[in-house]
Amino acid sequence: MKSIKELEAIRERALKEIAIRDNENKTRIVVGMATCGIAAGARPVMNAFIEELNKRGINTVNVTMTGCVGVCRFEPIAEVIEPNGEKTTYVKLDAEKARRIVAEHIVNGRPVLEFTIGAAEK
Amino acid sequence: MIYRSHVLICAGTGCTASKSADIAETMHKLLVERGIDKEVKIVKTGCFGLCEKGPIMVVYPEGATYSKVTVKDVPEIVDEHLVKGRIVKRLLLGDKEAQDVAKSLENVGFFSRQKRIALRNCGVINPENIDEYIAYDGYRALAKVLTEMTPQEVIDLVKKSGLRGRGGAGFPTGLKWQFAAQAEGDEKFVCCNADEGDPGAFMDRSVLEGDPHSVLEAMTIAGYAIGAGQGYIYVRAEYPIAVQRLRTAIGQAREYGLLGKNIFGTDFSFDIDLRLGAGAFVCGEETALMTSIEGHRGEPRTRPPFPAVKGLFGKPTLLNNVETYANIPVIINKGPEWFASIGTEKSKGTKVFAVGGKINNTGLVEIPMGTTLREVIYDIGGGIPNGKKFKAAQTGGPSGGCIPASHIDTPIDYDSLTALGSMMGSGGLIVMDEDNCMVDIAKFFLEFTVDESCGKCPPCRIGTKRMYEILEKITQGKGEESDIEKLETLANNIKKSALCGLGQTAPNPVLSTLRYFRDEYLAHVRDKKCPAGVCKALVHYVILEDKCKGCTLCAKKCPVGAISGELKKPHSIDISKCIKCGVCMESCKFKAIITQ
Repeated sequence: MKSIKELEAIRERALKEIAIRDNENKTRIVVGMATCGIAAGARPVMNAFIEELNKRGINTVNVTMTGCVGVCRFEPIAEVIEPNGEKTTYVKLDAEKARRIVAEHIVNGRPVLEFTIGAAEK
Repeated sequence: MIYRSHVLICAGTGCTASKSADIAETMHKLLVERGIDKEVKIVKTGCFGLCEKGPIMVVYPEGATYSKVTVKDVPEIVDEHLVKGRIVKRLLLGDKEAQDVAKSLENVGFFSRQKRIALRNCGVINPENIDEYIAYDGYRALAKVLTEMTPQEVIDLVKKSGLRGRGGAGFPTGLKWQFAAQAEGDEKFVCCNADEGDPGAFMDRSVLEGDPHSVLEAMTIAGYAIGAGQGYIYVRAEYPIAVQRLRTAIGQAREYGLLGKNIFGTDFSFDIDLRLGAGAFVCGEETALMTSIEGHRGEPRTRPPFPAVKGLFGKPTLLNNVETYANIPVIINKGPEWFASIGTEKSKGTKVFAVGGKINNTGLVEIPMGTTLREVIYDIGGGIPNGKKFKAAQTGGPSGGCIPASHIDTPIDYDSLTALGSMMGSGGLIVMDEDNCMVDIAKFFLEFTVDESCGKCPPCRIGTKRMYEILEKITQGKGEESDIEKLETLANNIKKSALCGLGQTAPNPVLSTLRYFRDEYLAHVRDKKCPAGVCKALVHYVILEDKCKGCTLCAKKCPVGAISGELKKPHSIDISKCIKCGVCMESCKFKAIITQ
């Protein structure tokens, strides 16, 4: 270790890895991972969320799983829950859609309306 | 590598003993089988402190804390929680009625009243991964000290924080550093006392197991402050996990250049080595410890000269305890004012206690100085099991004394404990209830010191043995009233004349129990009775005729055939045959057997 900069670089990198252990003031992406969700392809969706967040160096978002919310016909489902409690429910997802949600909703703060449950029910 | 879930599994000694290593291995196997081993990371951490409820497992990002996890529970946790995202409620730690929510550690009563400074990383990071320590501000204090501060500024900062030695005596740490810095010498040493020997104490072990880098960082800072180039950690060989984690940590720190030559590109070089002790209690005494590091038989020597002047290999040496060191990086990062704002007027910061004995939440707690004993026992410790009455708490192990129930609201700090005739000690806290005999407790601790006396000075070698013999006489019902006076005289003489701390403090358990529980001694001596029913020689088992239904169960259970009687008629115990094992009393369904 020759400089504080080096230490800081290690710190930044390690913080990213353990960010998951901090739940405060974080946006959560909750992916439905019950039998219905998994069968409909929820796992690649979840992995896409994780990879995309990682690629963009975002560590203020936790990806977690949940069970069946009851609308199995819409699976894979994911909900984006912001720290203030505001919830957006996305349905019939795939990996590509997940990446778009990260880009538009998480990064730019604009929910992707066409993927939401409201749009699907029309 | 980013994972979607981290599973923290306690790998401290307590949870390892209840198979946490098997749990981690089984989980890894299942994760591979389910194809999610690249999504879920298993992190082995140090002690969470709640050893009573171990093995402990925390699953992030939910922060769900599982307790008393067994290998059998692992498939359910993997399939339900990690695959489907459903928390396994039946394993959640916490109140039964609150089990429908994912409780985080901080919300459990056991943790909410604690303030974790020395234990800040225990159960939080993987102690075998230096990066995780760095993520939680590790080695930042060292960087700051080496690049922005002079050695004297470091010492002044430690002085200002009010930190006192956590090994038990409570000597101001900053002052100790000052003495070592001022001492003249071509070479100086920094030592860490990790020879934790009090029966029932495991604070230092948990710090070393859970956060070894904090000790390394602090020792390096101390080296800079006093002008030393080499450090030694004296750790007992009975702590295999701690030793292994320290070795790993030293290796990683050297690899990163945080130990070795020209740390952070400065002129300062420092390295640390381990020295294993064979587990002699006396080697926790500073002069004996250094004699042992030098390769000699671990015996103390007279002071002065103090180690700061003439210590290891005759050179000026700074010796601090593990927990003291663990506080240092935080004090430097957060400032001495912050640290001094915690605790009482003369005792700053927090203290870690290993709480054991008759208490529901056996484990490790860190509390601000000034917390009352009542809070520790009832609010954090969860009270006394089986609705028994609290009798006394023993602090300071074989060198300390007891705090009786009448002083349960005493704030815990160095000076209030000393005023009560006990001491802070290194942090063992043994809770006793009405079933504990105080004479027996005093005898237990004295037996320990007799065993551990190094034999160099007569007051300790012979004196403690004589005291032990008197106590044995008393517990066998052969004591006289003059024995109590003899005990006191001997105790005071040993205190005054013994060579080192071991001997000087050895009579404390006797003196302190005599101070608060003299009536119990008198009951043993005068009435030949043990009020708590512990001292076997003074206890007789008797069957109450009016309560005995003649079920014959006790007669069947008695291993020596001392109980006789006809079916459906009151039985009786033949005292000449009875070995006082107590099996009959335990098996009786009618509470017809009592001790007298």
